[in-house]
Amino acid sequence: MIKAKVIAPIVLGVLMLALWEGVVRAVAIPSYILPGPILVAKTLVADWGTLEPSLLVTVRITLEALAAAVVIGGLLAILFSLSRWVEQSLFPYAIILQVTPIVAIAPLIIVWANNVELSLLICAWLVAFFPILSNTILGLRSVDANLLDLFQLYGAGRWRTLVDLRLPAALPYFLGGLRISGGLALIGAVVAEFVAGTGGNASGLAWRILESGYQLKIPRMFAALVLISATGIVIYLVLSWLSHLLLRRWHESALDGEN
Amino acid sequence: MRLVGVRGVSKVFANGVEALADVSLDVRQGEFVSVLGPSGCGKSTLLRLIAGLTEPTAGTVEWSDETGKADLGFVFQEPTLMPWATAIANVALPLKLRGMAKSEREARAAEALGDVGLKGFERVWPRELSGGMKMRVSLARALVIQPKLLLMDEPFAALDEITRHRLNDDLLELWQQSGVTVVFVTHSVFESVFLSQRIVVMAARPGRVSAELAVTEPYPRSQGFRTSAEYAAWCRQASSRLGEAMAA
Repeated sequence: MIKAKVIAPIVLGVLMLALWEGVVRAVAIPSYILPGPILVAKTLVADWGTLEPSLLVTVRITLEALAAAVVIGGLLAILFSLSRWVEQSLFPYAIILQVTPIVAIAPLIIVWANNVELSLLICAWLVAFFPILSNTILGLRSVDANLLDLFQLYGAGRWRTLVDLRLPAALPYFLGGLRISGGLALIGAVVAEFVAGTGGNASGLAWRILESGYQLKIPRMFAALVLISATGIVIYLVLSWLSHLLLRRWHESALDGEN
Repeated sequence: MRLVGVRGVSKVFANGVEALADVSLDVRQGEFVSVLGPSGCGKSTLLRLIAGLTEPTAGTVEWSDETGKADLGFVFQEPTLMPWATAIANVALPLKLRGMAKSEREARAAEALGDVGLKGFERVWPRELSGGMKMRVSLARALVIQPKLLLMDEPFAALDEITRHRLNDDLLELWQQSGVTVVFVTHSVFESVFLSQRIVVMAARPGRVSAELAVTEPYPRSQGFRTSAEYAAWCRQASSRLGEAMAA
C-alpha cells in the first residue's frame, strides 16, 4: 500500500524527466530557452556557492514569517474567541489585509520598513497569518456544546475551559491552517522579494531568478526554481508529519485505513 | 425526603418558543424517576434547568440541601467524550476541574471505570471504543464524583437494543449499590417501565406534566421481568398515559 503510494509518483517523475531530457536533445532546444534536467542538475551543483546563501535567506525569512504567523495568528484567534466584541471589531481588518494582493502593498511596506529583510518578513507574514487565524477561530468555536455544559457544570472557569477544552478541540483546525500557511509563507517571501528586487548580500532565491533572467542564465533560473519547490515540499512534509504526530492517537484525519 | 423540587417552572426561549409551562416535580432522595414524553415536550430542558445549565423564565428549582446542587452527574444523549483524552482522563475530568491531584483522581477514575465494567480499558482512546462502551465511560464520568443526583438525558437512545438492555441492567445495579437519585429522561415506554419507580409523563407544546405513574414492581428487576405479563401490563398503562398526553 505505502509502497505503491511512494513508488507511483516517483516512477512518473522519472519518466517525465527522461521525456523532457529526450525532447530537449532530440529537438536541440538551446539551453537559454529550455535547459534539460541534467544541465539544471549540473548548474545546481556548479552554482551552489551562489545559490546556497540565497536558499538560506529565503528559508530563514519563510520560517520566521511562519513562526510569527503562528504566534500572532494563534494569539489573535484566542483573543477573538474570548471576546465577540474584539472579534467583531478586528476581524474585518484581518480580512482586508488578507484580500489585498501582497504585490500591491509590498512597495509601501518596503518604504515604511526601510530594511529589506524586515519588509520581506512582514510581507510573508501578512500572507501566511490569515489561514492560521481563521482556522484556529473556527476550531475554538467548534467545541461540543455538551462538553461546554459539562465544564460549566463542574465549575470550570474561562481559563480552564480554554486550556482543557477549546485548545485541544482547535488543534486539528490549527494544524490544517498551519499546513496552508507554510506554503503561503514561502510564496509571500518569494513574491515580496520580486517586488523589493534588491541585490546585495542578503538576497534570496527570487533575486537569483531575476538576476538569471537579466543575464539569460536560464539553467541557473531553473536551479533556483527547483530549490524553491523543494523548500515548499519539505515544509509541507514536515508540517504534515507534525500534524500526524500530534493527532494520530485520536483524530479521524490521522487514522490509518484499518478502522 | 425531597432532594430537589421544581416549582411552577416555565421556560420561554429567546425565539419565543414555550418549552415548559408551569411544571412542578418533586424528586425524592434515592428514587429512580423517569420523565417520559414525545420529542419536543421539554424533557431535556427540564433536566438542564435542574442542573442549573439554564435559568427558568418563571418559577424556581429548590434544593433541600445546597450541596446536592454541587454533587451532580449528567449523562447526555451522546457519550460526549473528549476524543483527545484516554478513557481514564475522560472519567477523571470532573475531579480535575475540581482541582483534585492527579494520582488521586486517576485512582478514583479507575475505580469508576471498574464499576461500569470497563476495568482494563483505562488507557484506551474513545475512538477505539464501541458505542455502548463509550456510554459506559460517560456514565463512569458522571458517577466518579459520587453524585447525589444523576441526570440522564436519553442516554441509551442511540444504542442497539441488546446493548441498551445490558446498560439498563447495569444502571439499575449501580443505582441500587450507590443509592444515588436518578432522573432519567426517555421517549421509550419500555425503558421507563423497566427502570423506574415512578414515571412522569409529559405532554408537548407547551411542555407540561400530564400524568404520573408509580411502578410498584420490586427490585432487583431481572431479565425475567422483561418478558413477564406484569411488565406488559405496566407498559400498557404507561403507553395509554403517554397516548393521553399526546392527544391532549
